[in-house]
Amino acid sequence: MIKILFFGALRERLQCASLQMPLNTPCAVSELLNQLRQQSALFAGALADNNLLCALNQQLCGTEVLVQSGDEVAFFPPVTGG
Amino acid sequence: MMPDLEMTTAQQPEQKQQLQPKFDIRVQHADFSLQDVYQQLAATPYCGAVVTFVGLVRDHPELQLQALELEHYPGMTEKALLQIATEAAQRFDLKAVTVIHRIGVLAPQQQIVLVGVASAHRGSAFAGAEFIMDYLKTKAPLWKKQHDANGTAWVEAKASDQAQQQKWQ
Repeated sequence: MIKILFFGALRERLQCASLQMPLNTPCAVSELLNQLRQQSALFAGALADNNLLCALNQQLCGTEVLVQSGDEVAFFPPVTGG
Repeated sequence: MMPDLEMTTAQQPEQKQQLQPKFDIRVQHADFSLQDVYQQLAATPYCGAVVTFVGLVRDHPELQLQALELEHYPGMTEKALLQIATEAAQRFDLKAVTVIHRIGVLAPQQQIVLVGVASAHRGSAFAGAEFIMDYLKTKAPLWKKQHDANGTAWVEAKASDQAQQQKWQ
């Protein structure tokens, strides 16, 4: 299993803060995104945004990074703190 | 393995341990006292300069801002801020760094963020504080939602903040 988190405008648009997904073999974040987009039209639309950032185990990462079982993956819009 | 480890510990001079930069990173709902943070930083051994920056909730005459709501990524936000502070300390030889970021609903003119650094000299203190703010704006997972006369809207990231951060690279 992996844990997927969404934040900010993305969380609100998806009406989902987190979900669990089974993961049998390691896959790239980009592949995971493709799987998520297939969940529904809502997910497909919201996750089509090229500006989205992703983090693997609480570290910013690129979409080429491999996700393994037990990992925490997060997707969120560009940050606006400060 | 063990004897090596013990030797390393035994040989580490006490003075060197004192020179490790001190980090104080907080993500909290509560307000903070600039005076308290300043006093803590000013007590840092061997420092001759303290620079502090406080960011406030900014209203605009045309906006009629009621509040800003700040969301964070528990765990990662703290880690990201510590990474930024650590990088700044190495790059600018800072002796102490405090970063406090507030979350939750904040009214206009309330304090949102504090960055404070202590260093030997003013140049590195000014640069270190600015570096931390520029990185915080583009790397720390925090998001602002605006509540105003027109309703609510998520604040969009600014290209100018990105450009400001990239000038350090």
